[in-house]
Amino acid sequence: MTTTYLDHAATTPLRAEVAAAMAEVHAGPLGNPTGSHPPAQRARRLLEEARDEVAAFLGRDPGDVVFTSGGTESANLAVLGTAEAALRDAVVLYSAVEHPAVRESALAAVAAGMDMRELPVDGHGVVDLSALERALSSRAVLVAVMTANNETGVVQPLADVVEAVRRRAPRAYVFTDAVQAAPWLDLADATAGADLVSLSAHKVGGPVGTGALAVSPQVVLAPRQHGGGQERERRSGTQDVVGAVGLAAALRLVAAERPAAVPRVAALRDRLSEGLLAAIEGAHRTVPAGVAVLPGHLHLCLPGVEREELLVALGAEGVCVSGGSSCASGALEPSPVLAAMGVAPGLAAGAVRLTLGYDTTDEDVDRALAVVPSVVAALRRPA
Amino acid sequence: MRVLVAMSGGVDSSVAAALLVERGHEVVGATLKLWGGPSDSGCCSVADVDDARRVAQQLGIDHHVFNLTEEFDRHVVAPYVGEHARGRTPNPCIECNRSMKFDRLLGRSDRLGFDRLATGHHARVTRNDPRGGDSVWHLRRGADAAKDQSYVLSMLGQDALSRVEFPVGDMTKDEVRAHAHRLGLRTAAKPDSQDVCFIRDAEGRQGFLSGRMELHAADVVDSAGRPAGSVEAVELVTVGQRRGMGHGTDGTRRYVTHVDVSARRVTVGSAADAMCSAVVLAAPSMTWVDRPLPAGARAVAQVSAHGRPAGCTVERSDTANGDLLVRFDAPQRPVAPGQTVALYDARDPDAVIGAGIAA
Repeated sequence: MTTTYLDHAATTPLRAEVAAAMAEVHAGPLGNPTGSHPPAQRARRLLEEARDEVAAFLGRDPGDVVFTSGGTESANLAVLGTAEAALRDAVVLYSAVEHPAVRESALAAVAAGMDMRELPVDGHGVVDLSALERALSSRAVLVAVMTANNETGVVQPLADVVEAVRRRAPRAYVFTDAVQAAPWLDLADATAGADLVSLSAHKVGGPVGTGALAVSPQVVLAPRQHGGGQERERRSGTQDVVGAVGLAAALRLVAAERPAAVPRVAALRDRLSEGLLAAIEGAHRTVPAGVAVLPGHLHLCLPGVEREELLVALGAEGVCVSGGSSCASGALEPSPVLAAMGVAPGLAAGAVRLTLGYDTTDEDVDRALAVVPSVVAALRRPA
Repeated sequence: MRVLVAMSGGVDSSVAAALLVERGHEVVGATLKLWGGPSDSGCCSVADVDDARRVAQQLGIDHHVFNLTEEFDRHVVAPYVGEHARGRTPNPCIECNRSMKFDRLLGRSDRLGFDRLATGHHARVTRNDPRGGDSVWHLRRGADAAKDQSYVLSMLGQDALSRVEFPVGDMTKDEVRAHAHRLGLRTAAKPDSQDVCFIRDAEGRQGFLSGRMELHAADVVDSAGRPAGSVEAVELVTVGQRRGMGHGTDGTRRYVTHVDVSARRVTVGSAADAMCSAVVLAAPSMTWVDRPLPAGARAVAQVSAHGRPAGCTVERSDTANGDLLVRFDAPQRPVAPGQTVALYDARDPDAVIGAGIAA
């Protein structure tokens, strides 16, 4: 059975070049990067070269890059690191469509005595800028707005958010979760004004277990992980050199291939979208055309089907898609993102996310167009 | 056949899945997420899902988790609360089987192309030789009388029975555990879940309900209307109940003979006063495995999950709406409104005929 993988937003296949670069690290002696002997020097050199690559990808200084264990740790460090370093009556603001790693970190900040404000979004999931303006005050410490949403792919007006924060709450930092946007947008440009930017390797063809947080020099950050003081006191623990090399190799490939990949994948996505909308009665895009969305994302509402059944039935045919957030037991949960957008629960129950990647081909789209409509029809057939 | 097995994370459903795999069927396991709140009953918590998933892995079958919490709340938990408010004693496990497992999940199983839905229940579905003209599906007690679960399945009819499998129904509990041990299943020694899956041991029924509804104190009076104490929560009192009712002036134990929730009054009497000779089953609640019993037919009634079966005669009640009157051969502990009465064949007492809910 062929696999038609359309779930790149959940994770991406490890790229061959990345696996090779990581294997290279183990091919020679590898010491602890903080040591002084030759194997340690080698580890340190590989680590710093990787750091340079990540920094270049983000348009930042290498000293601003902190390696972490992934997007979730980066989000926790950004939100709780800034909140804890601030005064007790600090306020953390975050959009209603943030990834749980951000939302739950904000809730944890509340438990620690800080205040929080959830910023509403409009029907397309775009943060409400006037609500943001009204919510900003001198007590604001952190404003978290993702670069693009993981479920719908909607791109946020980050530059406008930064401008509003600088004007109304100059002491506050702007954190943007760029995990999902990384393969598709020039982050050096798109996140230029943000004080903190997070990345995850396994969303860009790299390994699970590595990520990064870019921290602008002026940011006062309390570390979440204490110990030997690595990463300039911001994140203790022996650095994962292999992971860092993997992340850097993945980002290098993205930077080289993105200009061609973006229009190619967008065209594939559009063909898939047109085909499914034509073949499935009642289907519509959750986010209307005209709203800026990442090129690989296709989020659909399919009335008359249950998400869970659709995923199982498509999976049985080798078509891999996803349906929103999972909980600890692995069951699908209702999507807080769709709820924040005002999507009716009945429609949200049949919402499905297809996400294309750099390796998606015409054959993948053909297969999806051949399989998805008939699976939907079978599920809609009365017993 | 393609079979979907509902796996709770317990040993019965684990072995049910294993048996189906051994028989060469194409098996997929699914665990239902029904309750989103805290639970320590050992059924369907995150740890249980992990157990089910690991067993599926050991058996080499796919495993899914289906989130049915919203429907469970609507069809099982909310009515559980509502029934108590009306002074009735519901059985949520029966409602869960009726609406979730053998309705919702069975429908999903069909839509996903499965030929059968299997569970680990201790019960049997049989069919006399179809070539001989008997194509009726029968529901029978499981082989292990002490573990028989036909009572909680007694609402099933032909439509469901033709599409379900109970692979461990022919085995005793000991045989099930032995099979699990032989296969090295991680759930072989796991204790059975005992109580209602959404009520924690620490809080009990009162704790659970008091968080969701008002519970009212009530006066307790004897058969002559004389004051005989009080109770904290009239909604939790059941006819026939002895606990908390103390003793009469003659030193004998007292039993609840009547509960009036709206009047906030509980009436008590002697054991003999509390016995009843019949129970009315509400017409809309009646279900039949195959055909309804004719009026005046003999049957065997079971009024609780592991209660002693009692000989009875089933008649038409004198209410206008087609309710049934189950007249016991010998006086019984009373059946509280809301309780399920399962009816078995008088000539073949292992065979379920139908079920109804006490009016």
